[in-house]
Amino acid sequence: MSVQSKTSDSPSNRTIRVEALARVEGEGGLTVIMRDGAVESVQFNIFEPPRFFEAFLRGRHHTEVPDITSRICGICPIAYQMSAVHALEQALGIEVTPEIRALRRLIFCGEWLESHGLHVYMLHVPDFLGYEDAIEMSRKYPVQVARGLELKKTGNDLMSAIGGREIHPINVRVGGFYKFPERRALEKMLDPLKRARDIAHETVQFVAKLEFPDYVQDYEFVSLSHPDEYPILEGKIATSRGHEIPVAEFPNHFEEYQVEWSHALQAKIIGGGAYFVGPSARYYLNEAKMPATVRQAATSVGFSREDCRNPYKSIIVRSLETLFACEESIRILEQYDDSVTERVKYRVKAGVGHGCSEAPRGLLYHRYEVGEDGLIREARIIPPTSQNQKSIETDLFNVANRNALRPTGELAHRCAHVVRNYDPCISCATHMLRVIFK
Amino acid sequence: MSSISDQKPKLAVFKFASCDGCQLSLLDCETELLELAATVDISYFLEASSRALPGPYEIALADGSITTEEDVRRIREIRSQSKVLVSIGACAVAGGIQALRNYTSVEEYARYVYPKPEYIRSLETSTPMSKHVKVDFALNGCPVNKSQLFEVIVAVLQNRRPNVAPYSQCVDCKIKGNICVMVAHGVPCLGPITHSGCGVLCPSFNRGCYGCFGPKETPNAASLGNWFIKEMHVTPMTVERALRSYYSGSDLMKTASEEFGATRQNFGPNPAPFNPKNE
Repeated sequence: MSVQSKTSDSPSNRTIRVEALARVEGEGGLTVIMRDGAVESVQFNIFEPPRFFEAFLRGRHHTEVPDITSRICGICPIAYQMSAVHALEQALGIEVTPEIRALRRLIFCGEWLESHGLHVYMLHVPDFLGYEDAIEMSRKYPVQVARGLELKKTGNDLMSAIGGREIHPINVRVGGFYKFPERRALEKMLDPLKRARDIAHETVQFVAKLEFPDYVQDYEFVSLSHPDEYPILEGKIATSRGHEIPVAEFPNHFEEYQVEWSHALQAKIIGGGAYFVGPSARYYLNEAKMPATVRQAATSVGFSREDCRNPYKSIIVRSLETLFACEESIRILEQYDDSVTERVKYRVKAGVGHGCSEAPRGLLYHRYEVGEDGLIREARIIPPTSQNQKSIETDLFNVANRNALRPTGELAHRCAHVVRNYDPCISCATHMLRVIFK
Repeated sequence: MSSISDQKPKLAVFKFASCDGCQLSLLDCETELLELAATVDISYFLEASSRALPGPYEIALADGSITTEEDVRRIREIRSQSKVLVSIGACAVAGGIQALRNYTSVEEYARYVYPKPEYIRSLETSTPMSKHVKVDFALNGCPVNKSQLFEVIVAVLQNRRPNVAPYSQCVDCKIKGNICVMVAHGVPCLGPITHSGCGVLCPSFNRGCYGCFGPKETPNAASLGNWFIKEMHVTPMTVERALRSYYSGSDLMKTASEEFGATRQNFGPNPAPFNPKNE
């Protein structure tokens, strides 16, 4: 393990602390306290220093918001840009054209490809196969690691082709884009995407053969849900308890709170408890919207919707979503028309808007209040990792309890694997606080 | 890893307050990554590996700004363990977008974001690494350009100075054959004072540069700002805001933006977007 786990006196009374988790985005750790052979408490510790995005967004011009909020996360900048432009377009009463919407979906597919490719092959698979990283793994599995890098590269190239660069793309604006890329330039992505689609099929087969702990939870899944398509950009917020909530009512159903022992804002359902966002939630709630080829790929490896309740199997869902992102990109690209207007013109007015999109790691909510002068008055951002914290801690508690007798190093590794199941993005969580150990 | 790897130069990657994008750029060198791993011993790179070897390191790359007391201690420790320390990206080089707190009170920011601000442990300012330790090379960009990042690593290994041009975006626009967005379309552009490196992305997408590669060598921000005001009818407040973004923590941008902040008092607030010619 990267980090020393500290033990005190006896195996049944010990504190296991992973001070800096590896293979996650950002700085986080975990603590498990054992008393009399059972887990007394667990903490998913986040010590990423706060950066106060919501505070300094106030007073900025609304046109700057997509550029600024992309800086929250280097892995999912498009999700931040999209939730932001949707919220601002609602506030300003802007309706974008179907072509703008399709191009937004296309660049978002690039982000899913890049982020899922990274997580599946470089961050998550090493846990299952017992390697420290993909580089070490590449000695035994050179073909697989090369596939992972190619998937990631294809996603990045697609983002760059539309957005100028893969990290903090520069082409997204309120009302549309600065420029629609030329068709003949974008068309060059078709062959790599078809190749990526083949790799995605191979990935599904590869990850489905991994060994999965027999661990299933009755999570409350939450994701966007759209009547016509697998959700990326828009829809209502659906839950596995059967609720459907308009995006603008997010604050009435979910709340953030700060607890002393968690050191971070967590989120829960008002009047309820923990919930679960991310690929497994999306797939569980929207399986029927997946193209037939993706559903067939799932069936071919014996994966069913109920398998979403095993968080370790999120790696299969990410692979299925990777396949979907390839299919969807190819579909959009084949119909792509660069002769349309790149943006919708609008007049600035005061207003309030809410926006949600599906970041690779789950639902991302933004709310803005814009003044008559076009400046931001209020900003609120709720990233997916904040929302998953409570579920992560529940899993940590259960998995640590089941493995309570194992040696410290092994137990620490199993706990770290639990956290990585969620693909947490710790830099994302602008709300995260500094750890205060008592 | 094997004993042979012990002879390779040790490379370490560290993160401070940032979006993680600059160290992600290293993983985004997909084609070169395995080659790099064969040349250097990637000894510490938490985002990519559970392996974490102690120093000393031949080369340390660090992204993010310094915003906590613990991070002040940590960057000093990293410095003492590293032969060459390279700060990568706007946060590490200039304090990042989060250096906007330097213009106001961090307590007010904390109260706005957190219900219990008393749990927040954060310094008053977000500062570049060079304010705390000696940095051997500073690579600009929000995010850094991954080819330049690779060039810096190779240059350090070859014991030569990295080939990273310090001139303005305008030079690159001329080389690329871009039509000037300011001259041809009347779009305000920070290109004349902004460091080269991104490949002049914004002007290539019909928008003005917004300065995410920071100030070039010897920029004249005041002159450009006044030109925006006089020739393009941009308000001083908008100029102030444009100069206070991803490099707001650099002394140069601070001084220049404060000048327009003072001018603003005479004009009164009249906000307009800096670069999208929109409404």
